Amino acid sequence: MQLGLAARDGRIVSTDENKTAPLAVRGLTVTYGEKPALFALDATFEAGVMSAIIGPNGAGKSTLLKAVLGMVSPVSGDIRAYGHPVRDVLDRIAYVPQRASVDWDFPARVIDVVLMGMARELGLLRPIRRAHRDRAMDCLTRVGMEHFADRQIGQLSGGQQQRVFLARALAQEADLYLLDEPFAGVDAATEKTIVAVLKSLRDTGRTVVVVHHDLATVSDYFERALLINTTRIAEGPVADVLTPDTLQATYGGRLAQAQLAQILG
Amino acid sequence: MIGAEFVALSLPPILIGCLAAIACAIPGNFLLLRRQALIGDAISHVVLPGIVVGFLVTRTVSTWPMMLGAGGAAIVAVLLIESIRRAGRLEPGAAMGVVFSTMFAGGVLLLEQSDTSSVHLDVQHALYGNLESLIWLDATGWASLLDAQALAGLPPELPRMAITCLIVTGVTALLWRPLKLSTFDEGFARALGLPVRALSLALVIMAAMAAVAAFDAVGSIIVIAMFICPPAAARLMTDRLAHQVWLSVGFATLSAILGYVLAGYGPLWLGFDDSVSAAGMIATVSGLILALAAGFGPRRAPRSA
Repeated sequence: MQLGLAARDGRIVSTDENKTAPLAVRGLTVTYGEKPALFALDATFEAGVMSAIIGPNGAGKSTLLKAVLGMVSPVSGDIRAYGHPVRDVLDRIAYVPQRASVDWDFPARVIDVVLMGMARELGLLRPIRRAHRDRAMDCLTRVGMEHFADRQIGQLSGGQQQRVFLARALAQEADLYLLDEPFAGVDAATEKTIVAVLKSLRDTGRTVVVVHHDLATVSDYFERALLINTTRIAEGPVADVLTPDTLQATYGGRLAQAQLAQILG
Repeated sequence: MIGAEFVALSLPPILIGCLAAIACAIPGNFLLLRRQALIGDAISHVVLPGIVVGFLVTRTVSTWPMMLGAGGAAIVAVLLIESIRRAGRLEPGAAMGVVFSTMFAGGVLLLEQSDTSSVHLDVQHALYGNLESLIWLDATGWASLLDAQALAGLPPELPRMAITCLIVTGVTALLWRPLKLSTFDEGFARALGLPVRALSLALVIMAAMAAVAAFDAVGSIIVIAMFICPPAAARLMTDRLAHQVWLSVGFATLSAILGYVLAGYGPLWLGFDDSVSAAGMIATVSGLILALAAGFGPRRAPRSA
């Protein structure tokens, strides 16, 4: 697609910028068995911006995040965060997995889960001090869950669980936040809270990358979008990228005209 | 009962039973939460071919070659299970079932084909162990516990089991945080850069150590029961992992003591002549504790999100 090659914000992207971008992916190919989940994908995520990764089910959105974090091994491609191999800068990256990826019946309290975000600094045996707990409580307060600290995680609603995952990511005190479908199956109040927290992260210079499935809210929440379906369809400012052509290319003609009209306003 | 005779005849088997139960129950907590509890079952089955190979190599029925053979077989089994699970994308239960039934069957064939009829290689012993025979003949009373000469005559299973239990406890305490984290959320653990595969391997190797040492002392029935029953019962009593692990240690100890005493004296109290297998009774008691927890435990109701 022509738009896939469009320069960002009308500027030609210099290689220098790629080298220091919070996240730059070049030629990424990931396969599950014979079938490519991602093919020769290029993407650059800019600092201090909220970006959405958009595409149909099975387009490789989650796979992209997993490849970035080293959870699946790519066949080929280069992934750099802040110009370094990702494993060298894991301290600067926070991750919110899909809520459904864990067993919420696990014997842990809300505060225990948030403290897991500090696992790298706590190491194996360093005691959990008052300061750590206070920080964890701050993170819970930011997502409106401070009154649930001692609650068993299985007793939470889906939206509350998602907020706890976000609080855990906040506890990582990172510069780059990667979220996998944070709005899936959550209530309206939770969605509002999460958006507010993400915008506050962006406003303090953090980079936010969200795998997103609700086309109707893309332009409200995000400045930039990456449309993928195994490979890149389009990338750039939301207003430039969300067009009937790119959406039909991404979703393979599965969107009805009425839906398109609604998304594109 | 609490006299010289107790110290010589009952104290060592009770202690060995407790240590074996605890050593299996601790890793059992994590295996249970990872839905890998069957691995205890798997390991105790693959021990048979390991022992046969140990015998065929050394041609003697002695402890160390057999334990090495058993340990080697356990590690081979664990690696096979992991690679089948990853390569074939099978669910863990299926991968375990394939490996342990095949290896156990191979052990039976090996045992039949090899010239072991002249020696005492006993499948029965492997299953039920012989806890009652682990007596301390040098003991003359409680004072013997302070007598170095008498202590030297302790059944060797006791120090072996004690060391195993200590290692299992120590490693679990050391790896507590990453084990907990990767058990709850493997994806997040990997995103933090934790060595998730090494951790999961460490856990199963720890379980294999406990299973092999306990199998030698008390037979595989206890091993299988202790990997599952005390942790499962403890899970039904609490919503915190640390409490769960401590409770499982308590339940394991209770099962071992109560089971041993009931096996030795229960039938006599009921008017029968003979006592019953301690290993069998210990496993039964642990099952009863689980049944009680399932019926009355405060955390038994499945939660809805």
